[in-house]
Amino acid sequence: MTPSIGNNITIMADIQGKISKLFPQAVFEEGQTLTVTIPDAQWHELAKTLKEDPELSFDFLVTIVGMDWQEKGMGCVYELTSTRHNTHIAVKVLATGDRNKPFVHSVFDLWAIATVFEREVYDFFGIIFINNPDMRRLFLSIDWKGYPLRKDYDADPKLNPVAPFENERQSDFTDTYVELPDGKIEKRQERVFAEDDFVVNIGPQHPATHGVLRFRTAVDGETIKKIDIYLGYIHRGVEKICESLTYPQTLHFMDRLDYFSGQIYHHGLCMAIEEAAGITISRRAQVIRVLMDELSRIASHCLFIGTYCMDLGATTMLFYTLRVREQILNIFERTCGARMTFNYGCIGGVMQDLDENFVKDVHDLLDVLPKNIAEYNKIFTGNVIAKNRMENVGVLSREDAISWAVSGPSGRASGWACDVRKTDPYSIYGELEFDEVVRHEGDSMARFKVRMDEMEQSARIIAQLIDNIPEGEYCVKVPKVLKLPVGSWFKVVEGCRGAFGVYIESDGTTSPYRLKLAPPCLPLAAVVDHITEGSKIADLITIGGSLDYIVPDIDR
Amino acid sequence: MQDFSIGTAWLHSMFLNVMPEWLAVTIECLLIGVGLMLLYAVLALFYIWFERKVCAAFQCRLGPNRVGPWGLLQSIADMFKILIKELISLNHVDKFLFALAPYLVIIASMLAFAVLPWGNGLQIIDFNVGIFFLLAVSSIGVLGILLAGWSSNNKFTLIGALRSGAQMVSYELSMGLSVITMVALAGTMSVGGIVKAQENLWFIFSGHIPAIIAFVIFLIAGTAETNRGPFDLPEAESELTAGYHTEYSGIHFGFFYLAEYLNLFIVSGVAALLFFGGWMPLHIPGLDAFNHVMDYIPSVVWFVGKAVAISFIIIWFKWTFPRLRIDQLLSLEWKYLLPINLVNLVLMVLVITFRLYIH
Repeated sequence: MTPSIGNNITIMADIQGKISKLFPQAVFEEGQTLTVTIPDAQWHELAKTLKEDPELSFDFLVTIVGMDWQEKGMGCVYELTSTRHNTHIAVKVLATGDRNKPFVHSVFDLWAIATVFEREVYDFFGIIFINNPDMRRLFLSIDWKGYPLRKDYDADPKLNPVAPFENERQSDFTDTYVELPDGKIEKRQERVFAEDDFVVNIGPQHPATHGVLRFRTAVDGETIKKIDIYLGYIHRGVEKICESLTYPQTLHFMDRLDYFSGQIYHHGLCMAIEEAAGITISRRAQVIRVLMDELSRIASHCLFIGTYCMDLGATTMLFYTLRVREQILNIFERTCGARMTFNYGCIGGVMQDLDENFVKDVHDLLDVLPKNIAEYNKIFTGNVIAKNRMENVGVLSREDAISWAVSGPSGRASGWACDVRKTDPYSIYGELEFDEVVRHEGDSMARFKVRMDEMEQSARIIAQLIDNIPEGEYCVKVPKVLKLPVGSWFKVVEGCRGAFGVYIESDGTTSPYRLKLAPPCLPLAAVVDHITEGSKIADLITIGGSLDYIVPDIDR
Repeated sequence: MQDFSIGTAWLHSMFLNVMPEWLAVTIECLLIGVGLMLLYAVLALFYIWFERKVCAAFQCRLGPNRVGPWGLLQSIADMFKILIKELISLNHVDKFLFALAPYLVIIASMLAFAVLPWGNGLQIIDFNVGIFFLLAVSSIGVLGILLAGWSSNNKFTLIGALRSGAQMVSYELSMGLSVITMVALAGTMSVGGIVKAQENLWFIFSGHIPAIIAFVIFLIAGTAETNRGPFDLPEAESELTAGYHTEYSGIHFGFFYLAEYLNLFIVSGVAALLFFGGWMPLHIPGLDAFNHVMDYIPSVVWFVGKAVAISFIIIWFKWTFPRLRIDQLLSLEWKYLLPINLVNLVLMVLVITFRLYIH
């Protein structure tokens, strides 16, 4: 658990004191995390202080939540975490300018991942980030009319007809908005690639992109010069749809983001809603949720290992890893009735009780797992070719991992101890014994090995719980019509691929005013350009595979 | 030991009784051509089935098991499917070269068949530079692959073709050098001569360490020559979708597919010829009774059996190892295999000069 609530409050007071001294305009709200509200004019300066002051050092930008507060204006909520002090802060920034052209200053120079996060906010809210070098839409097509997450968005299909047989429009240019010394804002156009670059499209239909995303890759022979990433091929507007659904209805989308961490994402959203509504769930439900989380983590890592080896050309490994994954899916199927979209967690606990053979099935799995892991290592990890392909390929330093918000196993492979189960233990993780797997090489091999070792740790957690599932109700009574009080909540859980954040802003009704999902895979895909520069085309596959992003999670 | 040359000589003389010699030779050539085509198809189908079964066994699967007993007819069904598929004609391709490329690939592997020692006296042509001819014609295949990649007018195929150009030209060196090592031991380039030289003992046993080194290098280089895993970079599906043959459809794709399997057979056949005595049964000096028993097994069975056994090894490592990267592939060849090969050749010459080999 967090040091202690009292300690937490003093830390928060310290931070508040420090900021209010430097920025008298800042307005504070105290909640679970400290929230600072600041106008755009002071934002960049505040951001610099937050990042660079050694006592604050908020070096991890978790997410940027674009907000449309209607008559109160537009703006963003920046969720920041200090990896050194393990403290959190939320900064609300109010945009300057009217609804037609709201502006916020970019912080891409402080947190590298902001380039991409800001593009997302621009895409959905039309907030322009001054100085961001790449102000294109991120998910929607370049000629989309309107900004869909604004409250006054016109969803008339006539405005944006869907024409599936038309070729995708694309531009070789990108926009930047630069602030001139006299305060005026100028729009400039820049080329994405040099004029004579040999640009290869890798994706959207490509065997190794793990889903439909597209890397426009400028190559010089076999060497990669630059990658421009195109997303949004399976963008479904989950966040927008959620605004018109009741809270229990939003849950089922969690299976359809990162479809390997469905259980964990359910857990995250359920916890956020339960916390907001003040519901305490039974111990039995907690244990069941954690068991399911760890089982899906093993299943997910199994699939990662299989597909990754297949990307590298070792097809046979896939079949060996799928064997274990199948066994886990069978366990899921017996309890949840589904193998992929479980929809098992619900507000107040879980949908139904465990299958009667659950304990036995899990014991069978725990028996075969170590043998299988040993076999994977024997076949693949020690292989000379595998070593040559993975070692020192796609090295990501710890600083870059934090700056690019690369969390999860990929971040831990770079030496960043970012496991949410350890840094901010949720549910019953605080009482469990397991090690956080951290490696320091930062290359593809490290990312591979971290996942290999995490399977063992997950098995360890399961072994501690499986014989001690307490009796009790699996789901507590929840009001039929669930309304959350006015306020905002941000909850982070450790998905199979990294920290998954849920931001809920409620206006007191039965559906969320804004539900922002902060996926771990967007930073993973965004960092590809940074770490592939100068590598070979084959390395792009190695690196992309080792980061293990899932496209529905990016696109939402 | 049965000698097929008796049969062929009898056939030839029978033809000569009823027709002039030029006609007899023409008819014989035609017969061989037809036989070769049939053999080609049968071998390719067998190999497709064989690889599927072998890889299924490695992957804890059953492999094809629905069409025919043990799925034996599966590859015939697939071949039929590929024959009746539409040949999609593409815009923006160089039509002539695009159509020519698969034929070049297939011709290269067909020509190589001419000098393989199928059995005692069962060889289409046996002339004094047989093995040299084989190396020469098998290089034509590169041209076909380069043309296929270039004429498709597609960035993936182009990268695939360039990769295969670099790869095959490099590995040809290793292949040639390990062949030369064995030719030095045999003292002849004639395929028949090489087989005869192994009458007492196969070269892999009699040639000591240099022969074993040459065999390992030949196997590696041969796998690279045939573009098979772990050296399947020109068609690395996770990187280049299907590499140089991405744009091909129907039987044109089928030609590339067949040629790949036939090349596998040719490489295994040449390895069998150079290191395991071609069609020569296993003879151990001093064990006359054993040698005599071995002679009862037909020479064709010996040759095909050895080739299939070597193919099995090549298939085995395709389904075990991950793929190399292009720079690693080239540095393996130029920095390791080539120097080792040159030293090995000197070693072999020393072994021959001082008569250290088993004779």
